[in-house]
Amino acid sequence: MSIIRVENLTHVYSQGTPFEKVAVDNISVEIGRGEILGIIGHTGSGKSTFIQHLNALLKPTSGRVFFDGKDIHASKETARDVRFQVGLVFQYPEYQLFEETVFKDIAFGPKNMGLSEAEIAERVHEAAGFADVPESLLEASPLELSGGQKRRVAIAGVIAMMPQVLILDEPTAGLDPVGRESILQKILDYRRETEGTILLISHSMDDVARLATRLLVFDKGRIAMDGTPAEIFDRAGELKAMGLTVPAATEIALALRRRGVDIPESIYTINYLRKQLVSLREGGGAC
Amino acid sequence: MTDPILKIEHVSYTYPEAEEPALRDVTLEIARGSFVAVLGHNGSGKSTLAKTFNGILIPTEGRVLVEGMDTADEDRLLDIRRTVGMVFQNPDNQIVASVVEDDVAFAPENLGVAPKEIRQRVDDALRAVGMYDFRLHAPHLLSGGQKQRVAIAGVLAMRPACIVLDEPTAMLDPIGRREVLATVEELRRERGMTVVLITHHMSECVDADRVIVMNGGRVALDGSPKAVFSQVETMRAEGLAVPETTELIYGLRQGGFDLPLDALSVDECADAIAAIFKKD
Repeated sequence: MSIIRVENLTHVYSQGTPFEKVAVDNISVEIGRGEILGIIGHTGSGKSTFIQHLNALLKPTSGRVFFDGKDIHASKETARDVRFQVGLVFQYPEYQLFEETVFKDIAFGPKNMGLSEAEIAERVHEAAGFADVPESLLEASPLELSGGQKRRVAIAGVIAMMPQVLILDEPTAGLDPVGRESILQKILDYRRETEGTILLISHSMDDVARLATRLLVFDKGRIAMDGTPAEIFDRAGELKAMGLTVPAATEIALALRRRGVDIPESIYTINYLRKQLVSLREGGGAC
Repeated sequence: MTDPILKIEHVSYTYPEAEEPALRDVTLEIARGSFVAVLGHNGSGKSTLAKTFNGILIPTEGRVLVEGMDTADEDRLLDIRRTVGMVFQNPDNQIVASVVEDDVAFAPENLGVAPKEIRQRVDDALRAVGMYDFRLHAPHLLSGGQKQRVAIAGVLAMRPACIVLDEPTAMLDPIGRREVLATVEELRRERGMTVVLITHHMSECVDADRVIVMNGGRVALDGSPKAVFSQVETMRAEGLAVPETTELIYGLRQGGFDLPLDALSVDECADAIAAIFKKD
């Protein structure tokens, strides 16, 4: 059974004013347990509005969202519970740290869940360990941390709620390659250990190409494409027409095909491209 | 170097209360009219270095000369800031007014430029970044890329000879990135401005005249993009990725392909690989 089911979801901002804007336009989609779902689309495509419905931060103008088979807006309690089950890490979460100490910041979610002091402490230590936040930093002020450390603290704060679904909006934006790699690895670790579901919103096609088991492409408030990375990046021309890029590997593969090198169309990682080229050469000439 | 606009001489910098210096004995010259990209991971000192270029930070040791003016000389600070303009990562933190053209006029007004001249400078700066049609818009309703171009126009209105951009595209989507980079490219080509671009994105360095890689507060590599990115092992040891094209070629070379490591653009890379298959 799917963990999240969205039925005919529409969201209109500033309805009835001259600024009225349909941000999400009649979307229906099911998200399976354990999926790593990559969500791509340019700014204004509706993807951020969409994800804020999944943990009841926004209420649909029309349509319904189900978590684990239950309508999340059935009652105040269901809407509250879904916030703990669907953890949302916003873009640049490091700007949202507000407590005096790192410990208190990570403890904020579990505390709101009504856990005991002992349980809270356990969750904080566990989440901090998981996100590579050293114990020695737990009593420091979040303001003293580096950018990369702050982001890991913010992610630990969401992980401490042990959500079944973890949604991350641009988790690697502004990080250097090493920082990017370590955050992506953490996301994969979290999924492996918890068997949770991951939604990853990213402008980086290379990140989603590597991680996602399925991709949704948003355009003008609708889901324009839904498929495996191979299926999606096969449609490079359409992606470019929507103002999106394709992974560098796809770009190079397309350029090679134009030059008569006979490699498959659905290539989206450098590793796979390299293997294809090596085996093509071993198997004899190409042109 | 015949005519450097910036001279960085044995510069070290330690932040107040920090134990380790952020910059250690850096010596560099930046040629007038050149496009220099500065790479390095978080904490490598690249942003600190950029902030010494117009006196936001004054070196703890050594000195920075802007057109011969020492940034430590407070009497020259205004002239220095007029010569070297800075654009930062987050456009929202750089916009002060509620109308685009007022925002762009902010700096020249503060510099005491005559009103008539301000009008001309503002229009000129907004045209240079392709935002003239938005001059009466509210900045907060613009896209990230548009806001960043307004921030660049604000710097241009001071008519600097050199513009330093500290990760200007980090917070932008692919369209915004393209807009900002195209704007930067035009400033260099059309106006002969000196451009220093601090970035994480290898692909933004491919067109630079020169790439400087910072690590541990020092210059680790310095050369043309082709020369720097060919040093795949060194780049990796510095915790940096190389462009995907280089990554592929490096991997293929290990698999016995005879390919040049400096085929940086997608077309160069595809040409080189296709040529091998033609030969076979």
